[in-house]
Amino acid sequence: MKRNDSIKIAGIAGYLLFLILSFACGFNPGKEIGHNFLSFSIDMLKLLPCAFILIGLFEVWVKRETVERHFGEESGIRGYIWALLLGGTTVGGLYVSFPVAYSLYGKGAKLGIILTYIGASGICRVPMAIFETSFMGIKFTIIRLMVSIPLVILTSIALGDYLVKRNYKPVKGK
Amino acid sequence: MYYLYIATGFALLLSFIVNREKTFKAIKIAVRRFVTILPAFLGMLILVSIVLFLIPDKIILNYLGKNNIFIGVLFASLFGSITLMPGFIAFPLCGILLKKGALYIVLSAFSTTLMMVGVLTYPIEKEYFGVRLTILRNIMSLFIAFVVALMTGIFFREIF
Repeated sequence: MKRNDSIKIAGIAGYLLFLILSFACGFNPGKEIGHNFLSFSIDMLKLLPCAFILIGLFEVWVKRETVERHFGEESGIRGYIWALLLGGTTVGGLYVSFPVAYSLYGKGAKLGIILTYIGASGICRVPMAIFETSFMGIKFTIIRLMVSIPLVILTSIALGDYLVKRNYKPVKGK
Repeated sequence: MYYLYIATGFALLLSFIVNREKTFKAIKIAVRRFVTILPAFLGMLILVSIVLFLIPDKIILNYLGKNNIFIGVLFASLFGSITLMPGFIAFPLCGILLKKGALYIVLSAFSTTLMMVGVLTYPIEKEYFGVRLTILRNIMSLFIAFVVALMTGIFFREIF
């Protein structure tokens, strides 16, 4: 683990040095990479604080039993519907849904439902789908959703069951 | 975007009125988790900045606009998997491609892999859910994207 960390730190330091030198010498590819880095960082910093505050509030206020009832082993088909709805209203996409999914999992949600939620936060975010129809047409969006949603649920159930059988444990302490 | 700030602010205020201590605890949890995952986010941002430089929009337009279905779908899923862009950039790009004569099947492969397969989000996903789940989920998502693309192609009568 220690060795891994030092490689990471060296990588980040090297990257920063590269950017600084690029800007100092006017090296265009480096400058472009720097601009990409900044614009994406800003996009994320707009979203992440809100996401993590909501996660914090969720951890403090929502009881384990509530999550187990709606997203747990006994929730049945309703759990998957909740996962779709929650995924459909998540802002930002995968990188926001991972910490949310992790919180839900920590409070007793079923793995297959968690995977469904992650998938749904990718494919069926409502604002994005509406935006999509204006460029691609409603037929395109409907086909995409009608095909992908059932597949996401089925593969999530299969993958969840497979991993649970193999004693899956997520990374602890995040 | 703004409704997220309003919702968060409202939730925080409500929580504060009902129970101060719990609210502070929530903020503490939020800060701790944010800081713990920050290195992984930094890793992702570094990857994104480099990949977007190597594969700019121009190249995507170039490869996806070609009319060979097989090559189009292949490159579309490759680009979709290894890049990361928000919907408000991706769909206008798809719209341009469509006007230039790109096939729906290709754009379907591109947008679905873009939304579901995350090579660049690997550092984050792995931190939360481990390497095995991350790899399996991404492979499954790639498979789903191929099926979605295939069905799109069939419904738009581009294949068969």
